[in-house]
Amino acid sequence: MEQLLIDLAAVLAAASPLVIAAMGETLSERAGVINLSLDGTMLLSAMTGFAVALITGNLILGFIAAALVGALVAAVLGLFSLTLGQSQTAVGFVLALLCTDLSSFLGAPFARVPGPSVPFTPIPVLSDLPVFGPLFFRHDPVIYASLLIVPFTAFLLYGTRLGLIVRALGERPAAVYARGVDVTRWRYAMLIAGGALVGIAGAAFSLDLKQGWSYRHTFGSGWIVLAIVIFGGWRPWRVALGCYLFAALELVATRSQSALPDIPTQIVQVAPFVLMILVLALVNLAASPAAARQVMRLPAFWQRPLLAAINRLRATAPAALGQPFERP
Amino acid sequence: MHIAVEHLTKRFGAVCANDRLTISFAAGQIHGVLGENGAGKSTLMKLLAGYLQPDEGRILFDHAPRRLSGPGDALAVGVGMVHQEPLDIPAFTALENLLCAAPPGVFRSRRAAQTALQELAERLGFPVDPAARLDQLTVGQRQQIEIMRLLLCGARVLILDEPTTGITAAQARSLFTALRQIAAEGRTVLFVSHKLEEVAELCHTVTVLRNGQVVPPGQLPMPQPQEYLLSLMFGEAGAEPPIYRPLPLIDAPPVWELHRVTARSGTLQLVDLNHRFAAGRIIGLAGLDGSGQQVLLRLLAGQLAPDRGRVLVNGRDLTGAGPIAFRQAGIEYLPADRLRDGMIGALSLTDHFALLQGRGALVDRRAAEEAARQAIAEYQIKATPITPIAALSGGNQQRAMLALVPPDARGILAEQPTRGLDVASARAIWGRLQARRDAGCCVIFASPDLDEIMEYSDEVIVCFAGRIGPPIPRALLSSARLAELIGGVGFDALVEAVA
Amino acid sequence: MLWLRQLPDRYTRMRLDRLKPLASLTRPLLALLAAFVLTTIALLSSGVAPLEAYRLILFGAFSTPVRLSDMIMLAAPLLLCSVGLSITFAGGLYNLGVEGQMIAGAIAAMVPLRLWPDWPPLLLWLLAGLSGAAGGALWALLIGGLRRYAGVSEIFAGLGMNFLASGLALYLVLGPWRRQTSASLSGTDLLPRELWLPTVDRLRLAPAAPVIALIALVIVWWALTKTRWGLEVRAVGLNPAAAARLGIVTARRMAETLAACGALAGTAGMLQVVAVHHALIPNISSGIGLLGLLVALLARADPRWLLPIAVAFAAFTVGSIQLPLTLGIDSAIAGVLQGALVLFALATRARR
Repeated sequence: MEQLLIDLAAVLAAASPLVIAAMGETLSERAGVINLSLDGTMLLSAMTGFAVALITGNLILGFIAAALVGALVAAVLGLFSLTLGQSQTAVGFVLALLCTDLSSFLGAPFARVPGPSVPFTPIPVLSDLPVFGPLFFRHDPVIYASLLIVPFTAFLLYGTRLGLIVRALGERPAAVYARGVDVTRWRYAMLIAGGALVGIAGAAFSLDLKQGWSYRHTFGSGWIVLAIVIFGGWRPWRVALGCYLFAALELVATRSQSALPDIPTQIVQVAPFVLMILVLALVNLAASPAAARQVMRLPAFWQRPLLAAINRLRATAPAALGQPFERP
Repeated sequence: MHIAVEHLTKRFGAVCANDRLTISFAAGQIHGVLGENGAGKSTLMKLLAGYLQPDEGRILFDHAPRRLSGPGDALAVGVGMVHQEPLDIPAFTALENLLCAAPPGVFRSRRAAQTALQELAERLGFPVDPAARLDQLTVGQRQQIEIMRLLLCGARVLILDEPTTGITAAQARSLFTALRQIAAEGRTVLFVSHKLEEVAELCHTVTVLRNGQVVPPGQLPMPQPQEYLLSLMFGEAGAEPPIYRPLPLIDAPPVWELHRVTARSGTLQLVDLNHRFAAGRIIGLAGLDGSGQQVLLRLLAGQLAPDRGRVLVNGRDLTGAGPIAFRQAGIEYLPADRLRDGMIGALSLTDHFALLQGRGALVDRRAAEEAARQAIAEYQIKATPITPIAALSGGNQQRAMLALVPPDARGILAEQPTRGLDVASARAIWGRLQARRDAGCCVIFASPDLDEIMEYSDEVIVCFAGRIGPPIPRALLSSARLAELIGGVGFDALVEAVA
Repeated sequence: MLWLRQLPDRYTRMRLDRLKPLASLTRPLLALLAAFVLTTIALLSSGVAPLEAYRLILFGAFSTPVRLSDMIMLAAPLLLCSVGLSITFAGGLYNLGVEGQMIAGAIAAMVPLRLWPDWPPLLLWLLAGLSGAAGGALWALLIGGLRRYAGVSEIFAGLGMNFLASGLALYLVLGPWRRQTSASLSGTDLLPRELWLPTVDRLRLAPAAPVIALIALVIVWWALTKTRWGLEVRAVGLNPAAAARLGIVTARRMAETLAACGALAGTAGMLQVVAVHHALIPNISSGIGLLGLLVALLARADPRWLLPIAVAFAAFTVGSIQLPLTLGIDSAIAGVLQGALVLFALATRARR
């Protein structure tokens, strides 16, 4: 029991950058823009955040710098895709590679240098609660933020007027335009806000989880976040669940390493990525029309619950995701 | 609200869509705007609703000139436009649609919005469920919701662009009642249409546009003689009598045979179909949208595999064989959205003919270009063999799609074959389809336009709520009877009489 | 996944481009200028004299015969990958799995070389080539399968398969195929010398590699522009629904483009084994596949531009290898220049 709590708390901690980045990506994809540059953005902002915090000695400044970098990359993506009409996929991919190389080049002096990190700050009183205390209240501020941002994003999207506009931007931008909203400006806003979150997630790597900067130290997490957003059907709670699932897989992999010393570390590091894509494939397969057809062949007794389950699994992308907006 | 335009001009390239228009629309009335496709109706409406900005001239709202920067600005002034395909968000509920980007201060809360919606729905006689997702509703219901949204957001002028296309007769009746009510409350209604009967029934005044100008200058009070309006719309050469040739082909071999077929698509299920579709005739599918016409067409094209039963094409069992096998058996499917599902916009007619060559590892460009040239001459397509399809006009695209139907096709399935075409192009398309019919092809088409069904079908099949009626010879059918059947009146009796 | 189908059909546009030679030159020059401005800013911010750095990046690859041959040996797999990707781009697919296909090709090529090292080299090279191409194609088909049957977009399926391929390579290098002395991350034991692809004396140049790449370029250019298959692939890439209506089996064409691209990437992987590293190393693909994506994007998958761009990019990468030693800066600046070039080239293609 004790061990399980520690493990679960570790999963929450390890997933914190992923959750923050995934919420940022969910926000921009809900508004209809796919930010494929995630991995590069996270690396560049992780490097910048670490460098700024190291030079100024101020963690807050580090996080602000990282958020600005994320916002800037998102703005560049917006300029090229929303304003200049290029494919979001192509621009995002190029930005991902460009930012990765920029982070390696500019970050060379900061690689493997000891630096500041976010201090452990258990919350008084609450941290002494049984079960909940060690699980939720013995972390650092970044992890608390990652726990709060999920309900916040869900509320923003589903509980506010702003959320209605954001979702409509991804579903049918022409309708939002007809209601007097400047589609491009709002898509920029969501893309940049999401990008800033991705930047903060990058800093959460270098200033918190990994406590330092090294080449390509996100190890492709940005790409996995993109897959998780799809897995989560663009719904914040499910997306967060995907992030925690991934972190749990990573933990299991590390654990199994001590149990099975023959397997090389590198393979253990790769395994969660492969498993995550496998999960994505299985979920999609289960929710496919082919699966529904198979279910229709079963006795009527089983059809109803199974079809309901399939419908719950099915994730429909925002209808206008990735498409350029043309005025009606 | 009183609206006036003065010397309003809008050009698209060399085309002058609106040429120094000067008109005014009084408050509290329903104003018809008539004209054939391309006459400039839509441009004028988009200028009034802020979707377009004029090159010259000005618009006056209650006698005060005002430049509109966009549709939101127009709604703030009090102008709301209902598009043919309502500009709403299908993934949202009716209530969410109402709340999304509503002007600040209009709705205090979700509950207030819901109450306002329900009250207005009651006043206008529109049944509405605020929690229903729009993608589960028909176009007619979505249109009602859009009208209510605009009114609740403060529209004092309501512009409706071809509102009766794609909705049922019953919905059209309730729309007209509501529009009269809206006008009676002091609002202005602009009713854009090319259907004379509707304008005659509903409107207090009429404005006729031809080639971007008002003819004769100014509004006409209704009623007006129908022939006069027709001559205004089409010029003196208009109003040809419809072509109708009954074909006495009785024992033609069947192209399709359905044996006890059950098929499902989405929420719609077609049960126990037994039909024979004979060669050498044109069969019109009539019905409200979503009554089963599309499902039947997809079933006959092989795109939808039946859950039970057998589908025979030219006597061969092709149940579940897939669209490619159907195509090889001589079945051609012409989708309504030509550029999305029909042809490849970036490729030319030559490329399309090359794709159809079928055999051989290399493309025979010369033969393909020759075929394209022939098609262009024969079908009077305004294009060169290497013009990308996307650069053609709608009518020319439709002709190109027909030209691509192989000469040995046995069955043609056309979904709204004249959608978005002007009268002349539509006639030309029908001339082609009739020639195919005369060559022994079975043409099955679906159209929301009952006039088109009545004018061109040899037999009519009525679809009602997922049930497919028996084929009725056109000669035995009147427009009024068809309208009843579509609404389900007497449908059961018809089915039983045949059984 | 509609957003994947926004690549224009160059083959239709080419005619229009030819009409305006001047206008079609100013935009690429603008992109070039912007890319150099960005790279210069990066260089200045790390306190290096930009001119010296550019001299090395741009011309370093041509300074000695050894470097020139290194450049050619990098350009060959790069060209193979970008040629393969121009097929998938024509088919409307973003094949980010090209990296994994290269690794799979390298692994598959190792199989006959390890099984029968005593066979005649010519036969073994042929077998390795076939096996490498087949391995890459198979890896790519798995992506096609995931896309078709499980609805995973080829982008993520490709990335997942990349992770899987590199995991597999690692496992082989550290596990069953480890060095006889001790397992090492530096790779398997070197192949027997007679199995290395013939190399020019004192250079690391194996002339067969660029020849294979050039042959592939010509064949693919011919296949995409002249054959029915190429026309059908383009039709599927531009509008799958309409292509299906015209009687093309779209799923099959997509699978074929993926397999063709995978086979070419697999061949590139095979060359990495028999002509460059002479062993299987964990990082056998060295990012060449993703760089190939940049090349294909910059060339708009136009076969006429693939060769010069692949050579230029290979030159940048080889030239920048000297940077850490001579100027003390990281060689990733070549990647910055390459990425910036593609980015700004995309920008100057904006519709007006």
